[in-house]
Amino acid sequence: MMDGPVHLEVQGVVKTFGSTRALDDVSLQVRAGSIHALVGENGAGKSTLGKIVAGVFHPDHGSLVLRGIPISFSSPREALDHGIAHVAQELALVPQLTAAQNVFLGAEPRRVGFIRRGHLRARFDDLAADAGFEIPADAPVGTLTIGRQQQVEILRALARDAQLIVFDEPTASLSAAEVHRFHGVVRKLAASGRSVILVSHFLGEILELSDTVTILRDGRVVRTASAADETEASLISGMLGRTLSRTFPSKAPPAADASAALVVRDLTAPGVRGVSLTVREGEIVGLAGLIGAGRSELAMAIFGAVPGSAARLTLGEEQLGGSPGASIRAGVAFIPESRKDEGLFLGRPVRENVSLANLSSLTRLGFVRRGAETRRVADALRGVSGTTALEAPAVSLSGGNQQKLLFARAVLGSPSLLIADEPTRGVDIGAKREIYEHLVALAASGVGVLLISSEIEELLGLAHRVLVIRAGAVVAELEGDAMTEEAVLNAAFGADPVAG
Amino acid sequence: MNAPTTQPSAPRDLTAQVLGPTLSRRIGRAGILVPFLLTFIVLAVASPDFLRFENLANILDQQSGIIIVACAATLVLIAGGIDLSVGAVYGLAGATATQLVATAGVPAGIAAGIGIGAIVGLANGILVTRFRINALIGTLAMTYVVSGVGALATKGNLIVAFDHPEFQKLAATSILGITSAAWIMIAGAIAAAIVLARTALGRYVYATGGNATAARLGGVRVDGVRVTTFVLSGAAAAIAGILDGSRVLSAQASSGAFLTFTVLAGVVVGGTSILGGEGAVWRTVVGCLLIALIGNGFNLLGLDPFYQQIVLGVILLLAVGIDAWSRRLDS
Repeated sequence: MMDGPVHLEVQGVVKTFGSTRALDDVSLQVRAGSIHALVGENGAGKSTLGKIVAGVFHPDHGSLVLRGIPISFSSPREALDHGIAHVAQELALVPQLTAAQNVFLGAEPRRVGFIRRGHLRARFDDLAADAGFEIPADAPVGTLTIGRQQQVEILRALARDAQLIVFDEPTASLSAAEVHRFHGVVRKLAASGRSVILVSHFLGEILELSDTVTILRDGRVVRTASAADETEASLISGMLGRTLSRTFPSKAPPAADASAALVVRDLTAPGVRGVSLTVREGEIVGLAGLIGAGRSELAMAIFGAVPGSAARLTLGEEQLGGSPGASIRAGVAFIPESRKDEGLFLGRPVRENVSLANLSSLTRLGFVRRGAETRRVADALRGVSGTTALEAPAVSLSGGNQQKLLFARAVLGSPSLLIADEPTRGVDIGAKREIYEHLVALAASGVGVLLISSEIEELLGLAHRVLVIRAGAVVAELEGDAMTEEAVLNAAFGADPVAG
Repeated sequence: MNAPTTQPSAPRDLTAQVLGPTLSRRIGRAGILVPFLLTFIVLAVASPDFLRFENLANILDQQSGIIIVACAATLVLIAGGIDLSVGAVYGLAGATATQLVATAGVPAGIAAGIGIGAIVGLANGILVTRFRINALIGTLAMTYVVSGVGALATKGNLIVAFDHPEFQKLAATSILGITSAAWIMIAGAIAAAIVLARTALGRYVYATGGNATAARLGGVRVDGVRVTTFVLSGAAAAIAGILDGSRVLSAQASSGAFLTFTVLAGVVVGGTSILGGEGAVWRTVVGCLLIALIGNGFNLLGLDPFYQQIVLGVILLLAVGIDAWSRRLDS
């Protein structure tokens, strides 16, 4: 553990939301100049703790002590006045304003009410140079990449002279290169004497970056330890309170004479360049690649969700095409990347969420057959061990159970092809295991599966074959012993020109 | 990369889990009944005339046009749109039908009126979907166009059909003491409620307004659903205009100026969200009737009608405020 002076001490903090205790008697010390990571499962309380430190929430009990002085924040602004900044996963920038304007938003250098633009610009350049960022000062923030936008937020914290910065899942939506750059930034912040609280679910990142790790489980501190003393396995067993093997369900190879479930020839669409691929019945084909490589675009194009895709798509004997509705009728099920933005109707009941894509098969003369609907939905949910409260609104479910609604929606139509885009994103480890098992079971029943995941281990563990996408094209096809993490990364980064 | 991942705990979800589904939904779903029943009881106690059958039947008759339009507007709003052109369509369709009754007969007049409404609705739908024009602006523009056409066609005159009393039968036939206009309204409201709650189209309307991207990826023809709601809205506005023309055997193209706002107020007071995805027809009906009761109460009790507008404004703000509050709990 670091031995610097204590920068911030959290003492016996309790926070409840309704009847749920999100934090229960949490105490920890953040040492000055250290990187202190918070890890835990969904709902363990790590984000809540970060927000209490940054004044977003106020604790019910307990206190914060900043450099020996007890403090209490009623707003993030007050925390910022005390040198504590919060950089959330969803960035809080004004997309139409420039980087420089965003950095000084609300604290613009002024003279008699007028913003001193030259002065503002000069201070921005100084800050960016100090931090080593190359951000176009005059570009609207909305036109910058997520990684750059995050740097703008960091500059905003630095502009307010923040001494402690809380990062909540800072790398979840960054590309690999951006993650690398971000790690450099965090190290530099710590080297300059600032303290960092890092909430992340990437254990490798935590072990590599942080000095100290606090494991939370169900709102309580399991332990705080030096990162050097932890391993991924020890962190996971700490979070779970038991040791979970990271094994995948065993894959049964597709039958040798399995016919093609999906044939794609020369598919070109926005972000997709001349892709040809085949998924056989009972086969799980993984799509690997960096964020932005065109994997989701490819999935959308196959599903008919983007106009103007030119291709020959055949599903079994049928010619695919045109629209999501036509694809669904032809036997394609699609689990989109973002369940909240692209998948669910959060305010509507579970039943309606699950039946939606196949509602036309559950109607008579346009009227929904409620009995048949309820039965089919209940069956589909049972198949994915999901919730059985059919009339509860989707918003009331946990992330894992929401994801299972999309699975239930997919299996309800008895598809012959499933396209699953990041089906385990943002679900806890237990739910993840169940989703793996459903994918494998679906394939074993003869369904062709096209699986997109940013977790290479997941692809290697589940897929029979992995296609690596770079810049909208398939650059490598890996099978059997050739399916290694190194080979996937090399192809994805273009490090090793594997023939495609 | 090979770490098992967990999501950041989301305390706002937690709040929704604990409070949202119970408290906010209960308020959102049945909340409108409380002020309605309160107003009803207060009026029943305060005014001996209020509970008389003639008074209640008269309220229904007067509200028939508004409620027909409001039921269709509920579908439009739930699907994520808004239709400001209903007032203009109401005026044009009523004047057209009344005019044609004299020259081409009652059925032709009715058909032409409804046809105009449906065509304007179709145009609205195409503007909003194919040309991606914001519904508020698109239908506002359409309001001017339709009003202008009406003013040109009628030269601003009152159109009368006094010598065709058979037209009056459409709205003013008394059945069981209630006018045919009110019966048509009741039938229309029931039909709209059934479409919304029981049919695939209704499900798609909720889906389209709740999350258009998810609806599209779920195979819903989102644009088709939106267009359908606008066509229904236009046709409903036309029916309302025709009924009101039939009742008094006269119509003026400019008579619908206030209708749009009355209708939107009724829908929103009923708790249908202006942001789409949530709402119900029965609540719209109750919302419209609440507004009508307040007006009726001011009449019966002889209160200064200027206060009536202030009361309506406050009720509207309360309704929208409750909606915003329950959404905050939900998400």
